[in-house]
Amino acid sequence: MTERPVSQGQLIWRRFRRHKLGTLGGIIIVILMVLTLFAHFIAPYDYATQRRRFAYAPPTKIHFFDKEGRLSWPFVYGIQRERDPRGRWIYRENTDQVYPIKLFVKGDPYKLFWLIPTDIHLFGTGERDLNSPGQIFLFGTDDVGRDLFSRTLIGGWVSLSIGPLALAISLTLAIVFGGISGYFGGGWDNFIQRMIEVLNSFPGLPLLLALAAILPPGLPPAISFLLIIMILSILGWGGTARALRGLFLVLREQEFALAAKAMGASNARIIFKHLLPNTLSYLIVSATLGIPGLILAEASLSFLGFGIRDPMTSWGQLLNQFTDSTITNLTYHPWLMIPGFFIIVAVLAFNFMGDALRDATDPFSVQGR
Amino acid sequence: MQDQILVSVKDLHTHFELRRGVFGRAGIVRAVDGVSFELRHGEAIAVVGESGCGKSTLARTILGLYRPTKGQVLFEGRPLDGDLRWYRAQIGYVQQDPYGALPPFMDVHRILTEPLVINNFQGDRERRIREVLEEVKLTPVEDFLYKFPHQLSGGQQQRLVIARAMILRPKFIVADEPVSMLDASVRVEILELLRALQRSHDLTVIYITHDLSTVRYFAERIFVMYAGKLIEKAPVQQLLKDPKHPYTQALLAAIPDPDPANAKTFKKVPPGEPPSLVNPPSGCRFHPRCPAFIAGLCDKETPPEFEPSPGHFVECWLYR
Ligand SMILES: Nc1ncnc2c1ncn2[C@@H]1O[C@H](COP(=O)(O)OP(=O)(O)OP(=O)(O)O)[C@@H](O)[C@H]1O
Ligand code: SF4
Ligand SMILES: [Mg+2]
Repeated sequence: MTERPVSQGQLIWRRFRRHKLGTLGGIIIVILMVLTLFAHFIAPYDYATQRRRFAYAPPTKIHFFDKEGRLSWPFVYGIQRERDPRGRWIYRENTDQVYPIKLFVKGDPYKLFWLIPTDIHLFGTGERDLNSPGQIFLFGTDDVGRDLFSRTLIGGWVSLSIGPLALAISLTLAIVFGGISGYFGGGWDNFIQRMIEVLNSFPGLPLLLALAAILPPGLPPAISFLLIIMILSILGWGGTARALRGLFLVLREQEFALAAKAMGASNARIIFKHLLPNTLSYLIVSATLGIPGLILAEASLSFLGFGIRDPMTSWGQLLNQFTDSTITNLTYHPWLMIPGFFIIVAVLAFNFMGDALRDATDPFSVQGR
Repeated sequence: MQDQILVSVKDLHTHFELRRGVFGRAGIVRAVDGVSFELRHGEAIAVVGESGCGKSTLARTILGLYRPTKGQVLFEGRPLDGDLRWYRAQIGYVQQDPYGALPPFMDVHRILTEPLVINNFQGDRERRIREVLEEVKLTPVEDFLYKFPHQLSGGQQQRLVIARAMILRPKFIVADEPVSMLDASVRVEILELLRALQRSHDLTVIYITHDLSTVRYFAERIFVMYAGKLIEKAPVQQLLKDPKHPYTQALLAAIPDPDPANAKTFKKVPPGEPPSLVNPPSGCRFHPRCPAFIAGLCDKETPPEFEPSPGHFVECWLYR
């Protein structure tokens, strides 16, 4: 008869799971996260190794049936390079050369989780010679013969971690400044609002170009990665802070804020424990909608040549290959668009999940059973 | 103990600035404008008045939530100024809208823990939480401890608000229209709960209402508020039998039986416009609506407090 009370967390979880698209989005994000976290292991090659003999090779077909049509362990045929009548390199399968796919093969050396040095890859042909015809390029290769599948996975880590990291910083800034602004009002409010106006009046694109010009080209990848995060978050907190200020202006007048004051709660306690949780729904929506924006922002930055630079990679940087000869590239090497597909999937997944989370965290929605 | 003064309010004024745009000052709302009274230890009084006359502002100023523009509040002789932490554990605030008064993201346990943590309650906190929940009859306690406000009924929410007000064992409770937002069916229960608590803990209570029929639950004195002032203060029976101020008389005109127990029909708005608190009428604030208005006096001079019979105070020139 007595019903076990459910915690707020359980309630949110239940409501979230009822949201089909949101759950799908969440699953996709988890899969992407796992793929990118173990990227170096899952990828058959290093992201920077060039196999120049195989420049612009199309995705390698994996075969499950041999020439006689018998079911067999998955294998690939050797890749043979020829010139077409117009002198362009094209690739054909040489059905005389069979390379079975091997699991846990030795390949390009890497550091697992950027720490543990190893050279074991989940799968591959096991051919160590860069020019061996036995190669496996699931997504094809780029202009210098780097495996796009490996680059997509490894670049995904950059693309997927920039969003959350930049958001963590910009949300913190937004909460502190928006909270102070809305809760205390007066002089602080004025000062912070003017500060945001100044920030927002910076022309974003020219500013970034100027920064790109100032920064030395030989910057270590880790530093440019951190710089992008800093720049994106510093430029990005203003809007959220404004919205939070508005929420706090309303919240501070609520009866429960007054009740907290009456029991002697400090301003910090009122702001963070009594008022801030009420903005959770907004924060989650703003975060999940912000992540795709940041993924795209990173893509644009890399596209402009500032940010992630060759040979380091990210989904945005991978799309950068279209800059030179877009039409030709698209027509002859359509697989170069695959990283763009990942961007779209990630952006949609975050949006779906944000939607579901917004509904699930709304305290006023009907209690789910 | 009975005769000791617990709260004294001296010439209290609380004004709000009305802003228009960034620069303009559109005016001043005189929500509380010269209020004085004293409450004895264990005494319960009711403040009645029409909507917008400044009742909530008076309550919040006395609770130290608003700084008075002028005048002061003393609690056990100690003025409320500067750091009010000492005062917080002594007072309880019961608000009008229980749902709005409860933080939506905290469960019952958390809501009741907050005041204990903030005021550094020494002793067994869990036990105190159970005690107070039993006291407000949110039982069995286990069923309620981890519920969120939106999972409680209006009456249960108000019991929780009362539990929160009581948890630090305050001496003084301010209840601002505690039942006006509740279903008629639970009003009596809540009022009886408040009265029982007042009696058993010897609480000093300010009960704010616009409904005279509920005043009998808090019987000692009634203060009638009009446009930021307490225009009449008297023991309940005396005020109901023999109202002195023309405004109070108008309020009671609709009630044939002076026994507040039977006073079901409380005429909320006497004829005429409620006064503006931004530009209150000169002299006596009731003079534009007053049938007994004395020309040349009432509209020029603000009436001071007169005491036509012992313990019965009225701000009206008729009793000069
Ligand atoms: N924070 C504030 N800033 C400006 N004006 C205010 C503020 N709080 C209240 N007022 C004004 O002061 C006046 C008195 O308000 P108050 O809430 O004290 O009235 P009340 O008697 O409690 O009314 P009700 O019965 O509707 O609760 C109103 O005119 C109101 O608009
Ligand atoms: S002071 Fe004059 S106007 Fe005011 S209530 Fe008394 S008689 Fe009426
Ligand atoms: Mg009020």
